[in-house]
Amino acid sequence: MADLLLILLSAALVNNFVLVQFLGLCPFVGTSARFETTVPMTLATMFVLAVAAVATNLLHHHLLAPFGLEYLRIIAFIVVIAACVQFTELFVRAASPLLHRMLGLYLPLITTNCAVLGVVLIAVDEGLSLARTLVLAIGAGAGFGVAIVAFAALRERINDDAVPAPLRGVPLALVTVGFMALAFHGLRGIGAGMGA
Amino acid sequence: MINWFAKPTETPVIMDRVLIALALPVAVSAWVFGPMALAHCAVALAAGAGFESVCRFARNRTPWPFADRSVPVTCLLIALAMPPSAPLWLSVVAVGIGVVLAKELYGGLGRNVFNPAMAGYAAVLAAYPQALAHTDATTGATALDALRFRGAMTIDEASGGPAFGVLGGAGFEWVNAAALAGGVYLLLVRVVHWRLPLAVLVGLGLPAAIFHDAGSSASLGSPVFHWFAGASMLAAFFIATDPVTAPRAAGHQWLFGLGVGALVFAIRAAGSHPDGVAFAVLLGNLATPVLDRLRAARSGQAP
Repeated sequence: MADLLLILLSAALVNNFVLVQFLGLCPFVGTSARFETTVPMTLATMFVLAVAAVATNLLHHHLLAPFGLEYLRIIAFIVVIAACVQFTELFVRAASPLLHRMLGLYLPLITTNCAVLGVVLIAVDEGLSLARTLVLAIGAGAGFGVAIVAFAALRERINDDAVPAPLRGVPLALVTVGFMALAFHGLRGIGAGMGA
Repeated sequence: MINWFAKPTETPVIMDRVLIALALPVAVSAWVFGPMALAHCAVALAAGAGFESVCRFARNRTPWPFADRSVPVTCLLIALAMPPSAPLWLSVVAVGIGVVLAKELYGGLGRNVFNPAMAGYAAVLAAYPQALAHTDATTGATALDALRFRGAMTIDEASGGPAFGVLGGAGFEWVNAAALAGGVYLLLVRVVHWRLPLAVLVGLGLPAAIFHDAGSSASLGSPVFHWFAGASMLAAFFIATDPVTAPRAAGHQWLFGLGVGALVFAIRAAGSHPDGVAFAVLLGNLATPVLDRLRAARSGQAP
């Protein structure tokens, strides 16, 4: 149990997939302009991550590995992720058309969110069990959520009228991501001695 | 006749009092660590004046620096946090990142989202770990390093070493005591409310007390040690109390202070950086807009 908690905290904070490993920056910057879209985006990403992680884990251990087809894994995993995203998109469109419009292109783009492929590849590379893979995926999703919620609130606070013209909008947002990554860098090493 | 105990509201007045409060730690630092500590302060102030002038000039304002006195406060905080044995150009880099990137780019005073001093100091901590390594021939390892790399020694054995003083780290304990005295002055002149400093010190002391473990070889240091080591007192009274980057609601201030204190302890005890103050404050700053947003949502106003 303790090691599962450690995996969760490590994926969410110490090795945050966005701010420490720099994966998934595109939806991170793209959907953080409005605070309202961040929580739905996090839930969608976390759902895709969890389903895709479990599916790719089973696919790898019961189909690819027994037949020596590991070299096909990136293609196979992307197909699995795309299917998960399609399913999520259909669900969001039916459940909340407004939310579907707010998330726009970024919802289908979860397919190409490298954090999702990154998590499933890391889980397979490290030979994590099914339970650990699921916890890693949930932790990565939670870490994405922590980062994007904080980032959206920071972006709201930045007063664009006061910012020098060339830096308004995305440029200063990227400077802000840099400082956020700096803050998370301070957590480096925590939990490393405990066999994560 | 000036009423020195009236609650000040204008930024230059507040910052003048913060500068008065910082004079004591600067003097003690110079007395304990020698001229290098003063040189860091002077270089940091000069760099701060230069960077602020250039930024003001670039934005078509009067290029006269230090008008609101917030930049010299940032410079002195960076210089005090810097180990005196570090090269002087590190102070210049830290001030540049803190004043230009973390403050002026966001529109200047009151518009920054991160504490400028800690943003600049954290950046050089991350970028130049070698230049900042606390061990060198003249000062030896600091207490925070000695505590972590002491092997199987107990606290009492290790704290007999040259890196330890009466209360905390050798030398640093006196700077911390001076910062505490300056902080008490700020409380008296009502520049700072007692809530945030107390929350930071409790947040740092509580986990230290829980893990103190009666001074065994696994102990991570007593609360008193942590309060008087590194930049603890500066963080509690001068950095966490920054009105721009700390949350506004009282409950959220408790949460912020306790969180920053606990993060300082966690990074010192388990992280790979010698002192966690800068990173803990930045992580706290990250939470501030979310907390202020919650407050605005609760009271039904626009954020």
